[in-house]
Amino acid sequence: MEVYLDNAATSKAFDEVIELCGKVMRTDYGNPSSLHNKGLDAEHYIRDSKDIIAKILKCNPKEIIFTSGGTESNNTAIIGAARAKVRRGKHIITSSVEHASVKNVTEFLKNDGYEITYLPVDSKGIVDLNVLRDSIREDTVLISIMGVNNEVGAVEPLEEIANVIRQSGQDILFHVDAVQMYGKLPINPKKMGIDLMSVSGHKLHGPKGTGFLYVRDGVRILPLIYGGNQQSGMRSGTENVPGIAGLGLASKIVYDSLDETMKRMSNLKESFREMISDIPDIKDNSGDAPHIVSITFAGVRSEVLLHALEDKGIYVSSGSACSSNKPELSNTLINMGVDNDAAESTLRFSLSRYTTEEELRYTADAVKELLPMLRRFTRR
Amino acid sequence: MEYNAFLIKYAEIGLKGKNRYRFEDALVRQIKYALKGESEFRITKEQGRILVEAKGDYDYDETVAALKTVFGVSAICPVVIDDDSEFEHLAKLVCDYVDKAYPDKNFTFKVMTKRADKKYPMNSMELAANLGEKLLDAFAEMKVDVHNPDVLVHCELRTKVYVYSVEIPGPGGMPVGTNGKAELLLSGGIDSPVAGYMISKRGVNIDAVYFHAPPYTSERAKEKVVDLAKKIAKYTGPINLHVVNFTDIQLAIYEKCPHDELTIIMRRYMMRIAEHFAKEDDAQALVTGESIGQVASQTMYSLVATNEVCTIPVFRPLIGFDKQEIIDISEKIDTYETSILPYEDCCTIFVAKHPVTKPNVNVIKCSERKLDDVIDDLMEKAIETAETIRVHPHKV
Repeated sequence: MEVYLDNAATSKAFDEVIELCGKVMRTDYGNPSSLHNKGLDAEHYIRDSKDIIAKILKCNPKEIIFTSGGTESNNTAIIGAARAKVRRGKHIITSSVEHASVKNVTEFLKNDGYEITYLPVDSKGIVDLNVLRDSIREDTVLISIMGVNNEVGAVEPLEEIANVIRQSGQDILFHVDAVQMYGKLPINPKKMGIDLMSVSGHKLHGPKGTGFLYVRDGVRILPLIYGGNQQSGMRSGTENVPGIAGLGLASKIVYDSLDETMKRMSNLKESFREMISDIPDIKDNSGDAPHIVSITFAGVRSEVLLHALEDKGIYVSSGSACSSNKPELSNTLINMGVDNDAAESTLRFSLSRYTTEEELRYTADAVKELLPMLRRFTRR
Repeated sequence: MEYNAFLIKYAEIGLKGKNRYRFEDALVRQIKYALKGESEFRITKEQGRILVEAKGDYDYDETVAALKTVFGVSAICPVVIDDDSEFEHLAKLVCDYVDKAYPDKNFTFKVMTKRADKKYPMNSMELAANLGEKLLDAFAEMKVDVHNPDVLVHCELRTKVYVYSVEIPGPGGMPVGTNGKAELLLSGGIDSPVAGYMISKRGVNIDAVYFHAPPYTSERAKEKVVDLAKKIAKYTGPINLHVVNFTDIQLAIYEKCPHDELTIIMRRYMMRIAEHFAKEDDAQALVTGESIGQVASQTMYSLVATNEVCTIPVFRPLIGFDKQEIIDISEKIDTYETSILPYEDCCTIFVAKHPVTKPNVNVIKCSERKLDDVIDDLMEKAIETAETIRVHPHKV
């Protein structure tokens, strides 16, 4: 049996998406900037995708800029905002549990004289609003907080954060890395007080190399990529038309049935947590997101359990996939106050709309079967 | 510069007596292998050297790089070959050659000639002097220095005319296949690929054994070892890589034996299994990347304890090398970057915090007796389930 529980790393594309991408590449391969009909046909796909997304986010289509994915969106938002606001100040606030594509961008900006405040999180991975309030300074220009944590699934209090920013009375941009949130929770950036928001396509059964950045109307940031001034100059380069079409369709499929599928996924998540709750010496780090279960299995290195599960056809992740190529401890878990040994013994199971009760039962049984054997052989 | 051939010089194999043809044939075979057959080149033995002639267009850099992987080659001389040895023609050939090969003429030179054709109207000395004169006439900046020239221009009259001045050093050593075969214990580390390269340099064919311990080691760790084998196969020729699942043996040792002896006992079983494959592959010896004192399992005492289980010789080409010296070679043969990829191998997972550094063979043997009831079956199973991968060098 093959059980794919690494959907927070990437997900299987919808068949409809694959078909559409193929059709665009096969027949509607024009350059949207071309003046002829072939170009116009291509442009329609971009317009359609923007309309779909705008409807989902209850925003204006012109507020959507397509990018190559979450990493580019985060880079564009943070660097673009910092550059546009450089005369007002050089202070940025972010959390200590951000994805590498936010954290390493803010680290990079330090070289340019920016000061970065990393907000602590509590044991559930949630940022402390009081510390946030106290951290805002006169020269603060940007606050970047993720929507859903990729390692444990903690859902950050975005509306409260926006309120704190509003109450400060300052002109501060609010960026949200929504890569793990888009497609899992309803999002209304305007209502939630979000100025900039990053999304990736391949986390919700869309193609890899796709994503978008929401830029609220009236917010001015500088582009990261210069060239032929496509997408109003905000993101030059011929648009990835098949990818954009696929991203739009995936968004539509996911949001058309969001309530129902998320309810199902949440229930599955809860029953999985229940299934493994009788295993001794484990700790459940999972947050409220419907798709992420994070469990610390004391006494066994996560990589070993991961490969043992792989042998049974079960694919999971240790830490987050993007950082797990290097044996590096999880940023999120350490900042949640988990000790090094426990962080090294934590697995992430991430569900999708395709996950079944049977698969989770099989996985729970496999864990229970493997653990006693693996725990016998810890380094002494 | 349009060289149309390469003269391959070899040093040591010139010394061999009646066996010489065997070494030369092996060298020709290895050159053919490195150049992927004879489709682009004609390869012939000729008077103490090997001639590689291009049949048509070829990629110069790629060809030199390929020739540099052939053990036994001491130097590679790109040459211009011509059929006509008439003096005026020859003089023009040499001048053209120098003009193209050295855009900046500010150097000293000497012409070296050889003449197999003794009927040629000039003797070697005269020919050298006359060609030198033509060169001086043609290029005013060039100066003669017969004692310590910057450039030695060779002009040789054999059945054809050869002009060359560049000698690219080859890897040296002896052609692979002329000195038997050895079984390499290949891990994912820095040392063992270098050890394989070194033994192969002396003309030894190699096959290899890799031990993995799923799920404690990942598929990527195995892939990394296959990649390393590919890289050294450029020098050694195709390698049979036996991938042995060592998990059950390791777990048995872990459960039953004292933990400070884990690594030594583990290595003793690795040696035993490697010896099995050596015999199966007709290899006469084992090869490891050990170097005295590098880690606890490589102290003199540990090496003796490990060695004790082997009935065939164990060669350790790196035994006297410092780590940095080994790294330098691994960078030269392009295995370093792969070796340092951070995937655990089975040696690093089951290590005791304080392993013995002065193991006593009798004590170790006594500990191994605790495995008596299971170990034969486990060894048999490990050998039976081993996967053999035929590894060919990287095709770019």
